[in-house]
Amino acid sequence: MHNSQRTQKIAFLFLFLATLLIVVPVGLIVVIIIQKGLPAINWQFLTDIPRQGMRAGGIFPAIVGTMYLVAGAIVFALPIGLLAAIYLSEYSKDNFLNRLIKLAIVNLAGVPSVVYGLFGLALFVIFLKFGASILSGSLTLGIMILPIIITASREALESVPDSFREVSLSLGASKWQTIRHIVLPNAVPGILTGTILGLGRAAGETAPILFTVAAFYLPRLPHSIFDQAMALPYHLYVISTQVPNVDEKIRYGTALVLLVLVLFMNLVAIIIRYKFRKKKKW
Amino acid sequence: MVTKFDIENLNIWFKEVRALKDVSLKIQANEILSVIGPSNSGKTTFIRMLNRMNELQYNFRMNGKVELDGFDVRKIDLEPLRKRVGMVFALPLPLPLSIFDNVVYGARMHGINNKNKLKEIVERSLKQAYIWDEVKDRLGVSAYKLSGGQQQRLCIARTLAVGPEVILYDEPCSGLDPISTAKVEETMLKLKEKYTIVLVTNNVKQAARVGDRTAFFLNGELVELDKTDQIFTAPRDKRTDGYIRGKFG
Repeated sequence: MHNSQRTQKIAFLFLFLATLLIVVPVGLIVVIIIQKGLPAINWQFLTDIPRQGMRAGGIFPAIVGTMYLVAGAIVFALPIGLLAAIYLSEYSKDNFLNRLIKLAIVNLAGVPSVVYGLFGLALFVIFLKFGASILSGSLTLGIMILPIIITASREALESVPDSFREVSLSLGASKWQTIRHIVLPNAVPGILTGTILGLGRAAGETAPILFTVAAFYLPRLPHSIFDQAMALPYHLYVISTQVPNVDEKIRYGTALVLLVLVLFMNLVAIIIRYKFRKKKKW
Repeated sequence: MVTKFDIENLNIWFKEVRALKDVSLKIQANEILSVIGPSNSGKTTFIRMLNRMNELQYNFRMNGKVELDGFDVRKIDLEPLRKRVGMVFALPLPLPLSIFDNVVYGARMHGINNKNKLKEIVERSLKQAYIWDEVKDRLGVSAYKLSGGQQQRLCIARTLAVGPEVILYDEPCSGLDPISTAKVEETMLKLKEKYTIVLVTNNVKQAARVGDRTAFFLNGELVELDKTDQIFTAPRDKRTDGYIRGKFG
Protein backbone atom coordinates (compact mmCIF):
# COMPACT_ATOMS: atom_id res chain seq x y z
CA MET A 1 0.00 0.00 0.00
CA HIS A 2 2.72 2.41 1.03
CA ASN A 3 4.62 1.30 -2.00
CA SER A 4 1.87 2.42 -4.39
CA GLN A 5 1.69 5.79 -2.65
CA ARG A 6 5.43 6.23 -2.99
CA THR A 7 5.23 5.36 -6.68
CA GLN A 8 2.51 7.92 -7.06
CA LYS A 9 4.60 10.59 -5.35
CA ILE A 10 7.56 9.84 -7.59
CA ALA A 11 5.33 10.02 -10.67
CA PHE A 12 3.95 13.38 -9.55
CA LEU A 13 7.46 14.64 -8.95
CA PHE A 14 8.53 13.76 -12.48
CA LEU A 15 5.42 15.28 -14.00
CA PHE A 16 6.03 18.44 -12.00
CA LEU A 17 9.70 18.58 -12.99
CA ALA A 18 8.83 18.16 -16.66
CA THR A 19 6.39 21.04 -16.42
CA LEU A 20 8.97 23.14 -14.63
CA LEU A 21 11.50 22.33 -17.34
CA ILE A 22 9.14 23.84 -19.90
CA VAL A 23 8.00 26.83 -17.89
CA VAL A 24 11.44 28.02 -16.74
CA PRO A 25 13.07 28.54 -20.17
CA VAL A 26 9.95 30.22 -21.56
CA GLY A 27 9.80 32.47 -18.52
CA LEU A 28 13.50 33.27 -18.82
CA ILE A 29 13.18 34.19 -22.47
CA VAL A 30 10.36 36.57 -21.71
CA VAL A 31 12.17 38.09 -18.72
CA ILE A 32 15.44 38.60 -20.59
CA ILE A 33 13.77 40.10 -23.63
CA ILE A 34 11.72 42.47 -21.52
CA GLN A 35 14.72 43.40 -19.37
CA LYS A 36 17.00 44.13 -22.29
CA GLY A 37 14.39 45.39 -24.73
CA LEU A 38 12.22 47.63 -22.60
CA PRO A 39 14.76 50.50 -22.43
CA ALA A 40 14.59 50.79 -26.24
CA ILE A 41 10.83 51.13 -26.34
CA ASN A 42 9.60 54.68 -26.75
CA TRP A 43 7.28 56.50 -29.10
CA GLN A 44 9.99 57.23 -31.61
CA PHE A 45 11.10 53.59 -31.72
CA LEU A 46 7.56 52.46 -32.53
CA THR A 47 6.66 55.16 -35.07
CA ASP A 48 9.87 56.24 -36.78
CA ILE A 49 11.68 54.75 -39.77
CA PRO A 50 15.09 53.13 -39.19
CA ARG A 51 17.96 55.64 -39.38
CA GLN A 52 21.77 55.58 -39.56
CA GLY A 53 21.91 52.18 -41.26
CA MET A 54 19.35 50.74 -38.82
CA ARG A 55 21.48 51.65 -35.85
CA ALA A 56 19.04 54.30 -34.68
CA GLY A 57 15.51 55.48 -35.32
CA GLY A 58 12.55 53.18 -35.17
CA ILE A 59 11.09 50.02 -36.64
CA PHE A 60 7.72 51.32 -37.81
CA PRO A 61 7.96 49.97 -41.39
CA ALA A 62 8.78 46.49 -40.07
CA ILE A 63 5.81 46.53 -37.68
CA VAL A 64 3.47 47.59 -40.45
CA GLY A 65 4.99 45.07 -42.86
CA THR A 66 4.48 42.19 -40.44
CA MET A 67 0.90 43.22 -39.79
CA TYR A 68 0.19 43.34 -43.52
CA LEU A 69 1.77 39.93 -44.02
CA VAL A 70 -0.08 38.27 -41.16
CA ALA A 71 -3.39 39.82 -42.18
CA GLY A 72 -2.81 38.76 -45.78
CA ALA A 73 -1.93 35.22 -44.76
CA ILE A 74 -5.06 34.89 -42.62
CA VAL A 75 -7.33 36.43 -45.24
CA PHE A 76 -6.01 33.90 -47.70
CA ALA A 77 -5.69 30.82 -45.49
CA LEU A 78 -8.70 30.99 -43.18
CA PRO A 79 -11.51 30.84 -45.77
CA ILE A 80 -9.78 28.26 -47.93
CA GLY A 81 -8.70 26.21 -44.93
CA LEU A 82 -12.15 26.31 -43.40
CA LEU A 83 -13.87 25.31 -46.64
CA ALA A 84 -11.43 22.45 -47.12
CA ALA A 85 -11.97 21.34 -43.54
CA ILE A 86 -15.75 21.39 -44.00
CA TYR A 87 -15.43 19.33 -47.14
CA LEU A 88 -13.08 16.82 -45.53
CA SER A 89 -15.07 16.35 -42.35
CA GLU A 90 -18.65 16.68 -43.58
CA TYR A 91 -18.76 15.63 -47.21
CA SER A 92 -15.84 13.42 -48.17
CA LYS A 93 -16.37 9.68 -47.90
CA ASP A 94 -14.17 7.73 -45.54
CA ASN A 95 -12.07 5.93 -48.13
CA PHE A 96 -8.37 5.30 -48.70
CA LEU A 97 -7.76 8.35 -50.89
CA ASN A 98 -9.40 10.73 -48.45
CA ARG A 99 -7.55 9.25 -45.49
CA LEU A 100 -4.35 9.72 -47.45
CA ILE A 101 -5.23 13.35 -48.14
CA LYS A 102 -5.94 13.99 -44.47
CA LEU A 103 -2.67 12.38 -43.46
CA ALA A 104 -0.78 14.41 -46.05
CA ILE A 105 -2.29 17.64 -44.75
CA VAL A 106 -1.31 16.82 -41.18
CA ASN A 107 2.22 16.09 -42.34
CA LEU A 108 2.44 19.32 -44.33
CA ALA A 109 2.30 21.19 -41.03
CA GLY A 110 5.70 19.72 -40.25
CA VAL A 111 7.46 20.77 -43.45
CA PRO A 112 10.36 23.17 -42.69
CA SER A 113 9.40 26.76 -43.37
CA VAL A 114 12.35 27.37 -45.69
CA VAL A 115 10.81 24.83 -48.07
CA TYR A 116 7.69 26.95 -48.19
CA GLY A 117 9.90 29.94 -48.85
CA LEU A 118 11.48 28.27 -51.87
CA PHE A 119 8.08 27.15 -53.09
CA GLY A 120 6.75 30.68 -52.80
CA LEU A 121 9.75 32.02 -54.67
CA ALA A 122 9.21 29.58 -57.52
CA LEU A 123 5.43 29.87 -57.76
CA PHE A 124 4.46 33.41 -56.78
CA VAL A 125 7.59 35.48 -57.30
CA ILE A 126 8.84 33.91 -60.52
CA PHE A 127 6.14 31.88 -62.21
CA LEU A 128 3.14 34.11 -61.46
CA LYS A 129 5.38 37.18 -61.74
CA PHE A 130 4.15 38.79 -58.51
CA GLY A 131 7.78 39.63 -57.78
CA ALA A 132 9.07 40.03 -54.24
CA SER A 133 5.93 41.61 -52.83
CA ILE A 134 3.50 41.60 -49.94
CA LEU A 135 1.19 39.51 -52.13
CA SER A 136 3.82 36.81 -52.67
CA GLY A 137 4.82 36.83 -49.01
CA SER A 138 1.24 36.66 -47.75
CA LEU A 139 0.40 33.81 -50.08
CA THR A 140 3.53 31.92 -49.06
CA LEU A 141 2.77 32.39 -45.36
CA GLY A 142 -0.85 31.49 -46.07
CA ILE A 143 0.15 28.21 -47.68
CA MET A 144 2.44 27.51 -44.74
CA ILE A 145 -0.35 27.91 -42.18
CA LEU A 146 -3.07 26.20 -44.26
CA PRO A 147 -2.35 22.72 -42.86
CA ILE A 148 -2.52 24.05 -39.30
CA ILE A 149 -5.86 25.72 -39.94
CA ILE A 150 -7.31 22.76 -41.87
CA THR A 151 -6.29 20.21 -39.28
CA ALA A 152 -7.52 22.23 -36.29
CA SER A 153 -10.78 23.12 -38.05
CA ARG A 154 -11.40 19.56 -39.12
CA GLU A 155 -10.90 18.34 -35.58
CA ALA A 156 -13.21 21.06 -34.29
CA LEU A 157 -15.92 20.11 -36.78
CA GLU A 158 -15.58 16.42 -36.04
CA SER A 159 -15.86 17.03 -32.31
CA VAL A 160 -19.41 18.35 -32.74
CA PRO A 161 -21.60 15.39 -31.70
CA ASP A 162 -23.23 13.48 -34.57
CA SER A 163 -26.48 13.48 -32.64
CA PHE A 164 -26.83 17.23 -33.31
CA ARG A 165 -26.53 16.56 -37.02
CA GLU A 166 -29.13 13.80 -36.85
CA VAL A 167 -31.57 15.98 -34.93
CA SER A 168 -31.17 18.83 -37.39
CA LEU A 169 -31.62 16.55 -40.41
CA SER A 170 -34.59 14.80 -38.81
CA LEU A 171 -36.34 18.19 -38.56
CA GLY A 172 -36.07 18.56 -42.31
CA ALA A 173 -33.03 20.82 -42.42
CA SER A 174 -30.77 20.29 -45.40
CA LYS A 175 -27.20 19.14 -44.98
CA TRP A 176 -25.85 22.61 -45.66
CA GLN A 177 -28.30 24.21 -43.21
CA THR A 178 -27.18 21.70 -40.62
CA ILE A 179 -23.54 22.58 -41.18
CA ARG A 180 -24.23 26.29 -41.27
CA HIS A 181 -26.52 26.55 -38.22
CA ILE A 182 -25.45 23.69 -35.96
CA VAL A 183 -22.01 22.34 -36.81
CA LEU A 184 -20.09 25.53 -37.61
CA PRO A 185 -21.21 27.65 -34.63
CA ASN A 186 -20.18 24.86 -32.28
CA ALA A 187 -16.84 24.42 -33.98
CA VAL A 188 -15.82 28.09 -33.84
CA PRO A 189 -13.66 27.85 -30.69
CA GLY A 190 -11.60 25.03 -32.18
CA ILE A 191 -11.31 26.79 -35.52
CA LEU A 192 -10.07 29.91 -33.73
CA THR A 193 -7.48 27.87 -31.87
CA GLY A 194 -6.10 26.74 -35.21
CA THR A 195 -6.16 30.31 -36.45
CA ILE A 196 -4.29 31.51 -33.37
CA LEU A 197 -1.57 28.93 -33.91
CA GLY A 198 -1.35 29.87 -37.57
CA LEU A 199 -1.26 33.56 -36.77
CA GLY A 200 1.67 33.22 -34.39
CA ARG A 201 3.56 31.09 -36.84
CA ALA A 202 2.97 33.50 -39.74
CA ALA A 203 4.14 36.46 -37.68
CA GLY A 204 7.29 34.81 -36.43
CA GLU A 205 8.72 32.94 -39.42
CA THR A 206 11.66 34.39 -41.30
CA ALA A 207 12.40 31.81 -43.97
CA PRO A 208 9.14 31.99 -45.97
CA ILE A 209 9.40 35.76 -46.34
CA LEU A 210 13.13 35.81 -46.99
CA PHE A 211 12.83 35.26 -50.75
CA THR A 212 9.29 36.40 -51.29
CA VAL A 213 8.83 39.83 -49.75
CA ALA A 214 11.28 40.95 -47.11
CA ALA A 215 13.28 44.06 -47.82
CA PHE A 216 16.69 44.41 -46.22
CA TYR A 217 16.24 48.12 -45.75
CA LEU A 218 13.21 50.05 -46.95
CA PRO A 219 12.72 53.12 -44.80
CA ARG A 220 9.16 53.84 -45.93
CA LEU A 221 5.78 52.16 -45.84
CA PRO A 222 4.80 49.87 -48.73
CA HIS A 223 2.65 51.55 -51.38
CA SER A 224 0.62 48.53 -52.46
CA ILE A 225 0.45 44.77 -52.13
CA PHE A 226 2.89 44.55 -55.03
CA ASP A 227 5.48 46.43 -53.02
CA GLN A 228 8.24 44.92 -50.97
CA ALA A 229 8.09 45.43 -47.23
CA MET A 230 10.22 45.12 -44.15
CA ALA A 231 9.09 42.58 -41.59
CA LEU A 232 9.96 42.18 -37.92
CA PRO A 233 11.50 38.70 -37.90
CA TYR A 234 13.67 39.43 -40.91
CA HIS A 235 14.61 42.86 -39.59
CA LEU A 236 15.65 41.22 -36.33
CA TYR A 237 17.80 38.77 -38.25
CA VAL A 238 19.36 41.58 -40.24
CA ILE A 239 20.25 43.80 -37.29
CA SER A 240 21.50 40.81 -35.31
CA THR A 241 23.76 39.30 -37.94
CA GLN A 242 24.17 41.51 -41.00
CA VAL A 243 24.68 44.99 -39.63
CA PRO A 244 27.64 45.55 -37.30
CA ASN A 245 27.49 47.68 -34.18
CA VAL A 246 23.76 47.72 -33.64
CA ASP A 247 22.97 48.56 -30.04
CA GLU A 248 21.85 45.52 -28.08
CA LYS A 249 18.79 47.27 -26.77
CA ILE A 250 17.53 47.94 -30.31
CA ARG A 251 17.82 44.25 -31.11
CA TYR A 252 16.02 43.19 -27.96
CA GLY A 253 13.54 46.00 -28.37
CA THR A 254 12.65 44.66 -31.83
CA ALA A 255 12.26 41.16 -30.39
CA LEU A 256 10.03 42.54 -27.66
CA VAL A 257 7.81 44.32 -30.18
CA LEU A 258 7.48 41.12 -32.21
CA LEU A 259 6.61 39.17 -29.09
CA VAL A 260 4.01 41.69 -27.96
CA LEU A 261 2.52 41.87 -31.45
CA VAL A 262 2.02 38.11 -31.61
CA LEU A 263 0.71 38.09 -28.06
CA PHE A 264 -1.71 40.87 -28.87
CA MET A 265 -3.06 39.11 -31.96
CA ASN A 266 -3.45 35.92 -29.97
CA LEU A 267 -5.25 37.82 -27.27
CA VAL A 268 -7.83 39.11 -29.70
CA ALA A 269 -8.48 35.58 -30.97
CA ILE A 270 -8.59 34.23 -27.42
CA ILE A 271 -11.19 36.81 -26.43
CA ILE A 272 -13.35 35.93 -29.42
CA ARG A 273 -12.97 32.25 -28.60
CA TYR A 274 -13.89 32.85 -24.98
CA LYS A 275 -17.06 34.67 -26.02
CA PHE A 276 -18.07 31.75 -28.21
CA ARG A 277 -17.26 29.22 -25.51
CA LYS A 278 -19.45 31.06 -23.07
CA LYS A 279 -22.29 30.75 -25.53
CA LYS A 280 -21.75 27.02 -25.79
CA LYS A 281 -24.66 25.38 -24.09
CA TRP A 282 -23.76 21.75 -23.76
CA MET B 1 -59.09 3.27 -42.09
CA VAL B 2 -56.61 5.23 -44.15
CA THR B 3 -53.25 3.68 -44.81
CA LYS B 4 -50.41 6.09 -44.02
CA PHE B 5 -47.41 3.90 -44.66
CA ASP B 6 -47.50 0.87 -46.88
CA ILE B 7 -44.44 -1.33 -46.53
CA GLU B 8 -43.97 -4.45 -48.59
CA ASN B 9 -41.12 -6.93 -48.71
CA LEU B 10 -38.69 -4.49 -47.17
CA ASN B 11 -35.12 -5.74 -46.89
CA ILE B 12 -32.29 -3.71 -45.43
CA TRP B 13 -28.60 -4.44 -45.21
CA PHE B 14 -25.76 -2.64 -43.49
CA LYS B 15 -22.65 -3.81 -45.26
CA GLU B 16 -23.37 -7.54 -45.51
CA VAL B 17 -25.46 -7.73 -42.35
CA ARG B 18 -29.14 -8.10 -43.07
CA ALA B 19 -31.04 -5.91 -40.65
CA LEU B 20 -34.58 -6.42 -41.96
CA LYS B 21 -35.98 -9.46 -43.74
CA ASP B 22 -39.06 -9.25 -45.95
CA VAL B 23 -41.01 -6.96 -43.68
CA SER B 24 -44.53 -6.15 -44.87
CA LEU B 25 -47.01 -4.08 -42.91
CA LYS B 26 -49.35 -1.15 -43.16
CA ILE B 27 -49.45 1.75 -40.73
CA GLN B 28 -52.89 3.33 -40.37
CA ALA B 29 -53.48 7.03 -40.05
CA ASN B 30 -54.11 8.22 -36.48
CA GLU B 31 -53.07 5.02 -34.80
CA ILE B 32 -50.28 4.38 -32.36
CA LEU B 33 -48.31 1.45 -33.64
CA SER B 34 -45.99 0.02 -30.98
CA VAL B 35 -42.93 -1.78 -32.21
CA ILE B 36 -41.36 -4.12 -29.69
CA GLY B 37 -38.54 -6.63 -29.82
CA PRO B 38 -35.16 -7.35 -28.25
CA SER B 39 -32.14 -5.26 -29.22
CA ASN B 40 -30.83 -6.00 -32.69
CA SER B 41 -34.27 -7.06 -33.79
CA GLY B 42 -34.37 -4.37 -36.47
CA LYS B 43 -37.04 -2.15 -34.92
CA THR B 44 -34.96 1.04 -34.96
CA THR B 45 -33.79 0.28 -38.50
CA PHE B 46 -37.44 -0.12 -39.39
CA ILE B 47 -38.57 3.32 -38.20
CA ARG B 48 -35.44 5.04 -39.48
CA MET B 49 -36.52 3.78 -42.90
CA LEU B 50 -39.75 5.76 -42.65
CA ASN B 51 -37.91 9.12 -42.60
CA ARG B 52 -34.87 7.78 -44.46
CA MET B 53 -32.43 8.37 -41.62
CA ASN B 54 -30.83 5.02 -42.41
CA GLU B 55 -29.28 6.61 -45.45
CA LEU B 56 -26.87 8.52 -43.23
CA GLN B 57 -25.17 5.20 -42.70
CA TYR B 58 -22.43 4.65 -45.20
CA ASN B 59 -23.09 0.99 -45.99
CA PHE B 60 -26.87 1.12 -46.15
CA ARG B 61 -28.64 -0.89 -48.84
CA MET B 62 -32.31 -1.76 -49.28
CA ASN B 63 -34.97 -3.15 -51.54
CA GLY B 64 -38.73 -3.42 -51.31
CA LYS B 65 -41.55 -0.93 -51.13
CA VAL B 66 -42.03 1.90 -48.63
CA GLU B 67 -44.88 4.21 -49.54
CA LEU B 68 -46.18 7.27 -47.73
CA ASP B 69 -49.73 8.11 -48.86
CA GLY B 70 -49.08 6.05 -51.94
CA PHE B 71 -45.77 7.67 -52.89
CA ASP B 72 -42.42 5.93 -52.75
CA VAL B 73 -40.49 7.63 -49.91
CA ARG B 74 -37.27 7.37 -51.91
CA LYS B 75 -38.79 9.62 -54.56
CA ILE B 76 -39.76 12.29 -52.03
CA ASP B 77 -36.96 14.80 -51.36
CA LEU B 78 -35.36 14.34 -47.95
CA GLU B 79 -36.30 17.73 -46.51
CA PRO B 80 -40.05 17.62 -47.26
CA LEU B 81 -40.19 13.95 -46.26
CA ARG B 82 -38.63 14.64 -42.87
CA LYS B 83 -40.88 17.62 -42.43
CA ARG B 84 -43.85 15.28 -42.81
CA VAL B 85 -42.35 12.42 -40.80
CA GLY B 86 -40.84 13.74 -37.57
CA MET B 87 -38.70 11.84 -35.12
CA VAL B 88 -38.10 11.84 -31.38
CA PHE B 89 -34.87 10.18 -30.38
CA ALA B 90 -34.02 7.76 -27.59
CA LEU B 91 -32.18 10.29 -25.46
CA PRO B 92 -33.33 13.86 -25.00
CA LEU B 93 -31.22 15.70 -27.57
CA PRO B 94 -31.78 19.43 -27.32
CA LEU B 95 -29.71 21.45 -29.75
CA PRO B 96 -27.22 23.79 -28.03
CA LEU B 97 -29.69 26.67 -28.24
CA SER B 98 -32.31 28.30 -26.06
CA ILE B 99 -35.67 26.66 -25.45
CA PHE B 100 -37.30 29.04 -27.92
CA ASP B 101 -34.70 28.50 -30.62
CA ASN B 102 -34.90 24.74 -30.19
CA VAL B 103 -38.62 24.72 -30.84
CA VAL B 104 -38.48 26.96 -33.89
CA TYR B 105 -35.33 25.45 -35.36
CA GLY B 106 -37.20 23.37 -37.94
CA ALA B 107 -39.61 26.16 -38.81
CA ARG B 108 -36.73 28.58 -39.35
CA MET B 109 -34.97 26.09 -41.59
CA HIS B 110 -38.14 25.92 -43.64
CA GLY B 111 -38.08 29.65 -44.15
CA ILE B 112 -40.42 31.00 -41.47
CA ASN B 113 -38.88 34.15 -40.01
CA ASN B 114 -41.87 36.22 -38.93
CA LYS B 115 -41.45 36.83 -35.18
CA ASN B 116 -45.13 36.63 -34.30
CA LYS B 117 -45.56 33.51 -36.32
CA LEU B 118 -42.58 31.91 -34.56
CA LYS B 119 -43.94 32.90 -31.14
CA GLU B 120 -47.24 31.35 -32.08
CA ILE B 121 -45.53 28.13 -33.14
CA VAL B 122 -43.57 27.98 -29.88
CA GLU B 123 -46.63 28.41 -27.71
CA ARG B 124 -48.74 25.96 -29.67
CA SER B 125 -46.04 23.27 -29.83
CA LEU B 126 -45.04 23.56 -26.18
CA LYS B 127 -48.69 23.34 -25.15
CA GLN B 128 -49.18 20.27 -27.32
CA ALA B 129 -46.21 18.65 -25.61
CA TYR B 130 -47.52 19.62 -22.16
CA ILE B 131 -44.49 21.59 -21.14
CA TRP B 132 -45.65 25.16 -21.79
CA ASP B 133 -46.55 25.92 -18.17
CA GLU B 134 -43.16 24.73 -16.96
CA VAL B 135 -41.09 26.82 -19.35
CA LYS B 136 -43.18 29.77 -20.52
CA ASP B 137 -41.31 32.21 -18.26
CA ARG B 138 -37.83 31.18 -19.36
CA LEU B 139 -37.98 30.55 -23.09
CA GLY B 140 -34.65 32.32 -23.53
CA VAL B 141 -32.58 30.05 -21.31
CA SER B 142 -30.53 27.14 -22.59
CA ALA B 143 -32.47 23.96 -23.19
CA TYR B 144 -29.79 22.20 -21.16
CA LYS B 145 -31.08 23.89 -18.02
CA LEU B 146 -34.16 21.65 -18.14
CA SER B 147 -34.47 18.25 -16.50
CA GLY B 148 -34.21 15.12 -18.65
CA GLY B 149 -37.96 14.60 -18.77
CA GLN B 150 -38.57 18.24 -19.67
CA GLN B 151 -35.88 18.06 -22.35
CA GLN B 152 -37.60 15.09 -23.94
CA ARG B 153 -40.95 16.87 -24.00
CA LEU B 154 -39.16 19.89 -25.46
CA CYS B 155 -37.85 17.59 -28.20
CA ILE B 156 -41.40 16.39 -28.82
CA ALA B 157 -42.51 20.02 -29.09
CA ARG B 158 -39.66 20.68 -31.49
CA THR B 159 -40.80 17.80 -33.68
CA LEU B 160 -44.42 19.02 -33.57
CA ALA B 161 -43.39 22.58 -34.45
CA VAL B 162 -42.45 21.48 -37.95
CA GLY B 163 -46.03 20.33 -38.54
CA PRO B 164 -45.54 16.64 -39.26
CA GLU B 165 -48.17 14.06 -40.16
CA VAL B 166 -46.33 11.13 -38.64
CA ILE B 167 -44.21 11.08 -35.47
CA LEU B 168 -41.65 8.37 -34.96
CA TYR B 169 -40.65 7.75 -31.36
CA ASP B 170 -37.41 5.81 -31.05
CA GLU B 171 -37.46 4.49 -27.47
CA PRO B 172 -38.34 7.97 -26.21
CA CYS B 173 -38.46 7.05 -22.54
CA SER B 174 -35.35 4.93 -22.22
CA GLY B 175 -33.57 7.64 -20.25
CA LEU B 176 -36.53 8.93 -18.24
CA ASP B 177 -37.91 8.37 -14.76
CA PRO B 178 -41.43 6.89 -14.35
CA ILE B 179 -43.15 10.25 -13.84
CA SER B 180 -41.60 11.79 -16.95
CA THR B 181 -42.42 8.59 -18.83
CA ALA B 182 -46.05 8.89 -17.81
CA LYS B 183 -46.12 12.48 -19.07
CA VAL B 184 -44.59 11.54 -22.41
CA GLU B 185 -47.11 8.71 -22.81
CA GLU B 186 -49.94 11.06 -21.96
CA THR B 187 -48.84 13.42 -24.73
CA MET B 188 -48.71 10.53 -27.18
CA LEU B 189 -52.28 9.52 -26.44
CA LYS B 190 -53.46 13.10 -26.94
CA LEU B 191 -51.44 13.55 -30.12
CA LYS B 192 -53.00 10.46 -31.66
CA GLU B 193 -56.06 12.48 -32.64
CA LYS B 194 -54.04 14.52 -35.10
CA TYR B 195 -50.97 12.47 -35.87
CA THR B 196 -49.95 8.98 -36.80
CA ILE B 197 -47.53 7.62 -34.25
CA VAL B 198 -44.98 4.84 -34.46
CA LEU B 199 -43.47 4.00 -31.10
CA VAL B 200 -40.40 1.82 -30.84
CA THR B 201 -39.94 0.74 -27.27
CA ASN B 202 -37.95 -1.66 -25.16
CA ASN B 203 -40.58 -1.42 -22.50
CA VAL B 204 -43.23 -4.04 -23.21
CA LYS B 205 -45.61 -2.53 -20.69
CA GLN B 206 -45.38 0.82 -22.41
CA ALA B 207 -46.37 -0.80 -25.70
CA ALA B 208 -49.35 -2.35 -23.94
CA ARG B 209 -50.34 0.98 -22.36
CA VAL B 210 -50.32 3.22 -25.42
CA GLY B 211 -50.34 1.11 -28.59
CA ASP B 212 -53.45 0.50 -30.66
CA ARG B 213 -51.61 -2.22 -32.47
CA THR B 214 -48.32 -3.84 -31.62
CA ALA B 215 -45.70 -5.29 -33.92
CA PHE B 216 -43.16 -7.78 -32.61
CA PHE B 217 -39.79 -7.90 -34.36
CA LEU B 218 -37.18 -10.60 -33.90
CA ASN B 219 -33.89 -10.91 -35.75
CA GLY B 220 -35.03 -8.54 -38.47
CA GLU B 221 -38.31 -10.32 -39.09
CA LEU B 222 -41.80 -9.15 -38.30
CA VAL B 223 -43.06 -12.05 -36.21
CA GLU B 224 -46.51 -10.81 -35.38
CA LEU B 225 -48.66 -7.74 -35.80
CA ASP B 226 -52.05 -7.45 -34.21
CA LYS B 227 -54.30 -5.39 -31.97
CA THR B 228 -52.41 -4.68 -28.77
CA ASP B 229 -54.99 -6.51 -26.65
CA GLN B 230 -54.67 -9.55 -28.84
CA ILE B 231 -50.88 -9.57 -28.69
CA PHE B 232 -50.79 -9.26 -24.94
CA THR B 233 -53.58 -11.70 -24.12
CA ALA B 234 -53.41 -14.35 -26.82
CA PRO B 235 -50.41 -14.02 -29.12
CA ARG B 236 -50.45 -16.42 -32.02
CA ASP B 237 -46.71 -16.99 -32.14
CA LYS B 238 -44.99 -18.58 -29.18
CA ARG B 239 -41.91 -16.38 -29.67
CA THR B 240 -44.09 -13.32 -29.08
CA ASP B 241 -45.50 -14.98 -26.01
CA GLY B 242 -42.01 -15.74 -24.74
CA TYR B 243 -40.82 -12.17 -25.27
CA ILE B 244 -43.71 -10.39 -23.60
CA ARG B 245 -43.48 -12.76 -20.66
CA GLY B 246 -39.85 -11.78 -20.33
CA LYS B 247 -38.42 -15.17 -21.21
CA PHE B 248 -35.79 -13.63 -23.47
CA GLY B 249 -34.61 -10.31 -24.80
